[in-house]
This record gives sequence, C-alpha cells and structure tokens, in this order.
Amino acid sequence: MADYRKMWSDLGMDLEKHDLLCEALPDAFGAIYMSQENRPEGMDFFNFVVSEIHGVRPAELIEHQKNGGKVFGTFCVYVPDEIIFAAGGIATGLCGGSQFWVAGGEKVLPANTCPLIKASVGARLDGTCPFFKIADMYIGETTCDGKKKAWEILQQEVPVYVMDIPQMKREKDILAWKEEIRLLLKRIEEFTGNKVTPEILAEKIKMINNKRKALARLYNTRKSSPVPISGKDALLVTQIAFYDDPVRNAEQVNKLCDELEARIAKGEGVFPKNAPRILITGTPMAIPNWKLHHIIETSGAAVVVEELCTGTRYFENLVDESGKTLDEQIKALAERYMKTNCACFTPNTGRIDDILRLVKEYHVDGVIECNLQFCGLYSTEAYLVQQKLKEADVPYMHLETDYSEQDLEQIRTRVQAFIELLEK
Amino acid sequence: MVKIYFTGIDIGSSSAKAIVLDETNKIVHKFILPTGWSSLETANSIKEKLAQVDMEYANGKFVATGYGRVSVPYAVKTVSEITCHGMGAAYLFNARDCTVIDIGGQDTKIISLSQGKIVDFIMNDKCSAGTGRFLEIMANALGVSLSEMFDLAATGSGVSISSMCTVFAESEVISLIASGQPKQNIAYGVVESVINKVISLCGKHASSNTSFYLTGGLCESNYIIESLSKKLGFPVVSSPLGRYAGAVGAALIAKSLK
Repeated sequence: MADYRKMWSDLGMDLEKHDLLCEALPDAFGAIYMSQENRPEGMDFFNFVVSEIHGVRPAELIEHQKNGGKVFGTFCVYVPDEIIFAAGGIATGLCGGSQFWVAGGEKVLPANTCPLIKASVGARLDGTCPFFKIADMYIGETTCDGKKKAWEILQQEVPVYVMDIPQMKREKDILAWKEEIRLLLKRIEEFTGNKVTPEILAEKIKMINNKRKALARLYNTRKSSPVPISGKDALLVTQIAFYDDPVRNAEQVNKLCDELEARIAKGEGVFPKNAPRILITGTPMAIPNWKLHHIIETSGAAVVVEELCTGTRYFENLVDESGKTLDEQIKALAERYMKTNCACFTPNTGRIDDILRLVKEYHVDGVIECNLQFCGLYSTEAYLVQQKLKEADVPYMHLETDYSEQDLEQIRTRVQAFIELLEK
Repeated sequence: MVKIYFTGIDIGSSSAKAIVLDETNKIVHKFILPTGWSSLETANSIKEKLAQVDMEYANGKFVATGYGRVSVPYAVKTVSEITCHGMGAAYLFNARDCTVIDIGGQDTKIISLSQGKIVDFIMNDKCSAGTGRFLEIMANALGVSLSEMFDLAATGSGVSISSMCTVFAESEVISLIASGQPKQNIAYGVVESVINKVISLCGKHASSNTSFYLTGGLCESNYIIESLSKKLGFPVVSSPLGRYAGAVGAALIAKSLK
C-alpha cells in the first residue's frame, strides 16, 4: 500500500491501532482470495481496491471535500444514493464487517447487539476506519432497534440524519416513503448548498441504474454451469460497489463481465460442473466478511447467488427513468426502493418469493440461510423461509454466526454435512 | 486370499472411536480412547493399536470423521460426523425412516433419515448448552460422576436450571448447592435442562418420523433414554454400540469407496 499515514493522521485516526488492521488484512485476503485458482483477470482491479482499501478511495473523497463537496455515509440499501449524488454529494457505504471493530462497539453497546452495528460503531469511536472519519454526515434509517439507538450514540460524534422506513408496504406506506425521500432531498440540499433539478436527478438515476445493470449482468453470468466466477469474487465485487465511484464501478464490472461471458462461451468455469450450487440468504455480509463463502467454497460447493443486501437486494429492480418532474422522479424512487424485501417489514413474503425464484433462475441445489447473531428479525423470519422451502422441496440449512473465527470449524462441519446431503 | 478391512475413526471432542468392518459389513473390532490433547497423536495411537491386534487392520482403508477428522493423515477421505452418524445409526438399528439424536461432547445433532438416506439435520448453536460437555461440567460441580448424576436425577424433582449458558448454569448450580438444595434435585434440574434443549431442537427439526434412536456417549443411560421418550411422546431406542455410530458410518463409507 502507498503511504497514507499523513492522510490518516490528519483525519484524527488512531494510527497505532489502525496499523494492526492494515497488517492483518493482506494475510486474510491472500489466504481467502489469492489462493483461488483460475480467477478472472478482471478481478485485478478489485484486488487493487482491496489492497488500497483505506487509501485510494478515501483520498478521492478528501479531494472531493477540498473542492467543496460533501460525503455521506450510508448503512442500508433503502437509502437512495441518487438523491445524494444529485445534490453534488458522494454516498459511501459504511457498514463494518470485521471482528476487529467489534470490541470498540462493545464499549458502548449491549453485548446482544448484532456484530454489524457493533463493528460500525466501533470503527467510528476507535478511529480505525478512514471512511467513518471522512463522512460529513451519516444517513441512518430505522430498519431495526439496534440501529435506531446506535444513531443516537453516533450523533454525539457526527451529524446523523435518520430516514423513517415504513414497517409495512401498503399504499400509504409507499407514499410515506416518498415523503421521506423528499425530506432527505431537502436536508441534503441544505447541507451541500446545492439545488437538485429534475435534469440532474434524471442523470443520477441513470448513473445508479447503470451500476445496477452492471451488477445484474455479473450475477447473470453466475446462472451458467460451470459457474465462471467464484461466489467469493462476486461477493467482493458487490461489497466494493457500495463505496467505489459508481461510474468507474459499472465500467469495471462490465469489463469483468466481458471476460466471464467469453468463459461461458468456451464452457470454462472455476468449479467442476457437478459442484453443488448454493444460494445464500439472510443478513448482509459487509466487507471484509467472507467467512461463509470461504467455508462453502473450500468444502466442494459453489456459491452462485446471494439473496442479501450485499447481493440481489442491492441491484434488482431499476428506477423508472421517465419522470420529468422532481415529484415524478421521487415517486419512481420510492416505488423502486419499496420493492426491496427486508425482514424489517411485516409481512415479508416477497423475500420468500424472491428466494424461490432465484433457486430456479440460478439452478440452485441448496439454500443456506445465515444470520448475524442477535438479528431477531432475520432469525425469526428463518422459520417461515424454512417452511416454504421445505414445501418446495429445496434443501435448506440455517446458521447463526458472528464475525469471529471461533466457530469456524463447527460451521464447517455443518456446511460439509449439508454439501454431502446434496451430493447424494 | 488377503482379507481387506475397512476402519472408521471418529475423533470426537472428548473420545475417539474406531470400528473395523470386514468385507461382509461385520464389526470385527472396536475400541474407544480419550481424545486427549492432540488429535494427531490419538490418530497415530489408533493405528498402532490396530497393528498390534492384526496387521491387516492397519493396512486397510480408513475414513475419518468427528471434529478431529482432519488430523488423521492415513485416512483416504474425511466425512462430516452428521453423515457418518446417520449412516451408522441406520446400520446399528437397522432403520430406514427414523430420527437420530446424537448427544455429543461439544454438539448435539438431530438427523432425519428417509429410506436409509439423510434428508435433513440440525445442530445446536455454538454454545455448549444441551451437550455432553455441559453434563460433564455440571457433574463436576456436583462432585459426582456422570452415571452417578443420572442415578441421582432419577430420584430428584422440582428444580429447574434457567441459565442456557454453561458458565452461568454452573454458577446457578453452585448457588443451589449453597442454598442447601438436595443433590438429587439439582441433578434432576441439570439433566432436565439438557433434555429440554434436545427436545426443542427436535421440535425445530419438525420431521414426521416416529422412530427415534439415541447415539453418542449417553447411549447407555436409561434415565436419559426414558426422559427423552417421555418428552417426545415416542419411544427412544439405543444400544451400547450407539457411541460408535459415527465410526460405523465412517467404516461403511470406507467400504463404499472404490
């Protein structure tokens, strides 16, 4: 990695502690990623992004701030990036996916908080992630109780604007979400000092749609057998899409897809044709959480699709681009975002429909549901998911885990047994 | 003609089991030893022991299972203990459609078989509540052996252990001892808590099977078998060979390998 110590120090980060993270990441990435065989060349860009994870992109964000721009940190796929970019801001995903940050979060949060929230709060309070320090404002949402209260703690450090997510999807809830997007637009205009016009919002809607289309194209290649890219690599690309520049990201993903489509034409893949094909569903896997994918793909199966926030929920459904006025555009945004299915809604049968559809589209042999520990919403919904999948005769397994490595072998045993069951 | 033997080795968290099958699927040799500190040393001493009995055993084909399965250098294949326990139980109990309850050292598994094949399974979460280890720690806190604790439990009543976590449950047991609660009642509470945990796993598992078999280290405890039967509403069957189920399954897989 190039030398970014001055930048980190200017951000007020804890350099000594941060060094520990910088030392650990290359080893972990090497063991999990670089050990894979026959990786697509198009992954080089994404490898580079990870190798400079706390350098290159943060430097770009700081450059943007020097030119008078604002940076907004987000934590959820319901927060409309289009609005932020239309007001001249940059949106960057902030979810913490490493055990490294958990201890910092535990200093202020109850033990039975999910590791994603602990890591996110810890990354900010400990000053060990530049993205958390750079963001001028965080955009929170009310997707769960843990997050709602965490915003109040983070608010003591950094301005946090919270969007009120409806809990149901009736007509009036979609209207309420439209109103929430309008309020967000107003707040962001105030904060950046820029006015959002229908022309610029139309442009940004197209820009984010293009990123979605690129990711959809990537996932589409994974429907082939043999699969041309590992689940681990596809997950990494998706994770990076949350914080990289959206235009560059779409370009790089499309470039990778050119290569993958050529592989498909030649019948090449990264796993044997008969390797069991796994769908992962459940709670998000924020970078650098590659735990489950690594276990599955080193136990003889391939992950071919993720029904996760870091998966299909992020890119499925496009925003209608035909809106001419801000009101029409905001309505189109509200409608698109409310199509995403999260366990924070009741009922949430759309998610089960999605899983059943993806099982068919991706020729899935078995579904593994993985919830972060203490996510009551997803672990409760798992009961219903299991019920429906059983009815449809789709093998299913439910796991609950956190970011630590202490249960690695227990999870491996279960995953191995599940794969043995599919191989028969 | 030289006979070929097939050995399954199940290195569990507390004990290691070995089963030798001949070409007719007959168990010709079996033994059990503590796993100890090093799975690798245990694996090597298993091979030495086999060689002492019959050189042909040591020259046979090996499949390893259990949490120490990766530490058996001479195994041609490793298979998860879930698959092995299911297959082993089907063999031992001559069952085709059944549910296997395995209370192991560090985990408890519920495995469903349909037409002799494993169709589904569930395991406890990563904590040790509802496992053999939990019972060992509690017996230790009570100053009795495992079988003594089961004997005590059979005459006790009225106490329930509410803590799910082993560490907290141990403190709870110590508080109960301090409060003068008779040992048999505490033993009863301890065993009940494990049985309840196992029953709730069975409930989550929701299979239509009505035949239940118990494998693992508690296979000879009549008290456990009776309590499980009562709570499940169906008879639970076990056998002294139940603790070898994983090793039997591994040996059967060794035989099926080409």
